Order: sequence, then structure tokens, then C-alpha cells
Amino acid sequence: MNIHEYQAKALLKGYGAPVAEGVAILKAEEAEAAAKSLPGPLYVVKSQIHAGGRGKGKFKELGPDAKGGVRLAFSIEEAKAHAKEMLGNTLVTAQTGEAGKQVNRLYIEDGADIARELYCSLLVDRSVGRVAFVVSTEGGMDIEAVAHDTPEKIQTIAIDPEAGVTAADIASISKALELDGAAGEDAKSLFPLLYKAFNEKDMALLEINPLIVMKNGHLRVLDAKMSFDGNALFRHDDVKALRDETEEDAKEIEASKWDLAYVALDGNIGCMVNGAGLAMATMDIIKLYGKEPANFCDVGGGAGKEKVAAAFKIITADPKVEGILVNIFGGIMRCDVIAEGVVAAVQEVGLKVPLVVRLEGTNVELGKKILNESGLAITAADDLDDAAKKIVAAIEA
Amino acid sequence: MSILVNKDTKVIVQGLTGKTGTFHTEQALAYYGTRMVGGVHPKKGGESWSSGVDGTSLPIFTSVAEAKERTGADATVIYVPPAGAADAIIEAIEAEVPFITCITEGIPVMDMVRVKARLDRSKSRLLGPNCPGILTPEECKIGIMPGSIFRKGSVGIVSRSGTLTYEAVFQTSNEGLGQTTAVGIGGDPVKGTEFIDVLEMFLADEATQSIIMIGEIGGSAEEDAAQFLKDEAKKGRKKPMAGFIAGRTAPKGRTMGHAGAVVSGGKGDAESKIAAMESAGIKVSPSPARLGKTLVEVLKG
Repeated sequence: MNIHEYQAKALLKGYGAPVAEGVAILKAEEAEAAAKSLPGPLYVVKSQIHAGGRGKGKFKELGPDAKGGVRLAFSIEEAKAHAKEMLGNTLVTAQTGEAGKQVNRLYIEDGADIARELYCSLLVDRSVGRVAFVVSTEGGMDIEAVAHDTPEKIQTIAIDPEAGVTAADIASISKALELDGAAGEDAKSLFPLLYKAFNEKDMALLEINPLIVMKNGHLRVLDAKMSFDGNALFRHDDVKALRDETEEDAKEIEASKWDLAYVALDGNIGCMVNGAGLAMATMDIIKLYGKEPANFCDVGGGAGKEKVAAAFKIITADPKVEGILVNIFGGIMRCDVIAEGVVAAVQEVGLKVPLVVRLEGTNVELGKKILNESGLAITAADDLDDAAKKIVAAIEA
Repeated sequence: MSILVNKDTKVIVQGLTGKTGTFHTEQALAYYGTRMVGGVHPKKGGESWSSGVDGTSLPIFTSVAEAKERTGADATVIYVPPAGAADAIIEAIEAEVPFITCITEGIPVMDMVRVKARLDRSKSRLLGPNCPGILTPEECKIGIMPGSIFRKGSVGIVSRSGTLTYEAVFQTSNEGLGQTTAVGIGGDPVKGTEFIDVLEMFLADEATQSIIMIGEIGGSAEEDAAQFLKDEAKKGRKKPMAGFIAGRTAPKGRTMGHAGAVVSGGKGDAESKIAAMESAGIKVSPSPARLGKTLVEVLKG
């Protein structure tokens, strides 16, 4: 789950991180009061969407010559003008895709005098199973480009979970970022608190790009991207409350209510599969036969009939879907449960597109019997290859 | 022969009394009499559990340590729900159970970071979490793999995905090859056993004459495994291999069901994994439906 920059900064501020003063607004009329509450005379007006590359992004409605999604303002009047121009328009960045994202929130922040821009992120380094700091002196730009062009400028410092961030770790990070003086002193509190926040809130990623050294020598968190481990949200009601559903696909929101792993895609063959690997492989094989999947959907292991029915309904409700492939290799998931769920969903919402079902594994005979006796127009498939061929043929017919 | 588990492996169950634990323990008992020897429940110690299939009764103990001492178990399987699963694994590590399999899906990553630190200082091996378990045909079934699709034979199977493990098993059975052992290492980013650990065991196991390895997008475990295989081949240790990588069509930056399946920062994409595996001599099938046939082609040379 992702949150907005202003929410991430407020969370970090609660842990004592140095962040600028700022105010989030939903309406252009609120811009003046927001700017007035800040020290000035320099302000930054930042689009709040769940995607990076905002500064270089362009608003669809404003044409190529207009300014981007993050703008400097040298007066309250200018901040107001920016807010009016930006709110409600669609920002297209390198990460949003061509459709872009509507900017519904702005964050007006006090400006900073920047001496150096650095990169600092925390993530779980899977190769060692530890939280690691990934740092670089090359901040403020696309870190993937830095990783590609000058990988030696990125350093990874993994933290021993039983010791936490030690003085030696702080020294390593500070050395990598070439921090000294006031910034070096700030580092002693900043890096341990970032680690503490990451751990306590079960984050998946905390990216500060840039972390800046100001002209007065101190550190400041200038931008913050934060995402959380979906599996740990059950113990963080405060984090759940930060969710902005307008940033998410409606089908994905419905799927998340049922705890389904669902990702909306652009193709026209809907898929319902058990197991993430098989679900990905099902997408791959559809593509191999020349078509595109409409979604990734893993109904998981212990799903009941109701959850299967909910998944099926989400897939059939997608207007792009011209055919559905159900691919089940039952292990923990029993084929009879899948069959019951599919039958229940079809009886409730009907079936307007071809449906191919491939069942194998635990209780497969019972599952096939339920489908056969349902009287529904279902095409049975023998294996995955056969299933993919049949659904592709059905939508081409 | 086989790896990790065989007909002598004695298994206890953490989370036996729940619906999932009960169903799969019944299935395990029914699978060539896998030696399930007891269950653990902190409040139900002294009670017993009975299979609804054949009435087999298993004793329930208060702790893993007690269960291990009383039954002589050398393996445990965990079906505990996500919130308590990490503590269940740590309890098994502290009881020094040699082989721990955790089936549970959805354990918070930070909990697994804690487990991993504890595991690194222990003598236990952890398989999973978020995995289907392990099965040696006609001998021992730990976890949730459907026993009916297996056949005793010569192929070692290792996979990050549960259901794709079943595909590989099913297809190698249909080709008449059968399996020595199938191991699901699980789809989480932080886990106990990696590809390299299992590949090392398959290379050392005489009965295993060929190997299928199934990876997916995210991380660099497949690349690491490919490097390991190249290094071993230089020492003359090599077996015919076929493979598959799931997620060629997955969009970047999105987590595809498995918490570990995400392409980020230009790393972990399917194409680089396929290239690494092919450079190590693994024949990578473009279709998940052709794993068995691809291996047969490799074996024919």
C-alpha cells in the first residue's frame, strides 16, 4: 500500500525527522491560507499522486510548455496561481503511463536552500534477509538511471536486526554520503530513526530522494516515498487510515476487500487462477498464444466458495473481458470449492462471454462433477496448453 | 534415494487443530502412511486429534519442545495463521527441530527478518514460508502438494511457486520420468531455503538424474543459482536441467501475488533470469505446459 508524500513526511516528522513545514490542500482557495502559514518567501507547490517523476511530468490539459507537477513559487500570489492551474488536472509522468493521474491534492511546502542532493532509501534486502540502507551521493535524479550508468555510486548497508543501527553503520552511511559537520551530527539521529520507523510501521520501501544538505549545513528530508507491507496492515490501523482509494483501480479495491491478489491489466482474457506463480504463468501462456490477459488474479490457498465467487464477479464485471480462463491446480485449494464458487457466481450475475475451465489436483473429480451437473456453458480443458488454446480460439470465433 | 525427507521422517504439526492443518494432516497420513506423530497447541496439550478419514489418532502437546522429546520427531510443519507464524517458526528453531516447513502465506516481511536472524544462528533448516512443502513419492508428504500426481522416479524438482511445482510434477509423471523429491521453496522475499541449497542436494543425490527448476520474477535467486551451477559444472558436477520463469508478461513495479514477485529498479525481470539460466546450461521452456516435454528433449540430447 502506498501513501502520499505529505502523509509520509508527517509520519517521519512524528519520529523526529527534519522535514520542512508544509500544508496539504484539496481546493485552490485553500492555497493562500496555506502559504501564509509558512515562513516564506520561497514556496514549493507539489502534486500529490502515487507516482514518481512529478517534477518532470506534464499536465495533459496545459500543453507541453506549461510547468511540471512540482513548482517553485517566489510569492504567495504565485503559489495561489500554481495551485489553481494544477488542481484537478491530469499529470503524466514517466511512472503514470499515458493516461496520467488526476491531481486531487497539493502539498505547499516551505522552500529550502539546497547545497547538495543525496539519495537514501530503506528496503528489505532479500539476498541477506535484512533491512538495508541504499545510499548515493547522486540524489535528486532517477536512481534507476544512476544504478544503470554508475553502479559504483550506490552503496548498500544492511542492518543486523538484533543490533539495530550501530555507530559503525552510521559511520558507513555518512562516509558513503560524504557527510560531515552539522550534517554528520544530524546523521547520528536521522538514520536510526528512519530504521525505527521502517521497522515499527512494517514498511516495504522508504525512499528519500533527495535527502538534502542545506546551505546551513543541516540535513533535510526533501521528498519521501513510502509503501507498506500489505501483509502487516492488520496491525497498523493508523497506516490503513492513510489509504487514498482515488489513487487505486476500482476493481483492485473490490479485490482487496476479499483479500484477493488482483492486478488490473490491459488485455481481454480474464484469468482466475490459484497460486501466484501459476497465475503469472497463465498470463504468460495467453501471451504466447497471441492474446493479452485482462488481469492477474490469484484466489490463493484457503479461499472459500464466497471468495471464489467474488473473484469471478470482479472479472466478469470488467467490460474489456471477452473471455475467461479459470486455471486451477488444487493443492491446498480444492477443486470442488472452485467449482462451487464459479457456479454460484454465474447463477448470480450470468455469463455473457466464453468460459474455459481447467481443473487438476485435490478433489478434481468432485470439481468436474459439480461443473458438469450445473448445466452451464463451460468448456472443459485437459491441461494448461489446451486451456490457453481453447480460450484464444473462443474469443476469435 | 531422495533429499531432506523419506519414509523414516517423523513429522509433528503446529496448527494441527485448525481446518487447514486437519485437512492436510489427513491427506499426509493417507499418503503412503507419512509418519505424522503429533500436534502442538499451547492450550490443548494432553488432548488428542483424530483423522476424519480413517480415525488415526495423534497426541497433542503443549509445546514443540515437548512434542519433539516425546515423539522423536525430526521435522515439523507449520499451518499457523500469519500473525502467529513467525513465533511458531522461532519456537521450532529453539526446540532444535532439524527440518521446519512453514506453509503459511502472508507473514509480514519484518517478522521473517526476525526469524532469519534467529535461523542463521541455529542448526535448523527452514523451508518456506508461503510454500507448498516437500514430497518424496511413496514415502513422505509434508505440506499441501496433491499426492495423487506424483510417481517415484528420477527428476528432482525445485520451485518458488506451489502450483507450478504441481505442473512440473504432473508433467514429469505423464512423461514416465517420475520424481525423487519435489521441493517448494516458497514465494516470499525472505525465506529459509534457497534454490542453491536444494540444487546442491539434488547434485549430490545419486537417484536424481535430472532437475527441473522453476523461478519467477523478483530478486536475484535464479541468477545466483545459475552462477552456482556454472561453478559446480567446472568441478565436473552437472545434471541435465529444464526450467521455467513465471512473469514474463508482468508489469514492472507491481507485486504479482507473491510478496517476492515484483520487478523493481530494472532488476528481477524474467528475461535476465532466463538468460542467466540458459547460460548455465538449463533449457528454459517458453510455456509452463511444456516443462515435462522440454526435459525429455534435454535427456534425449
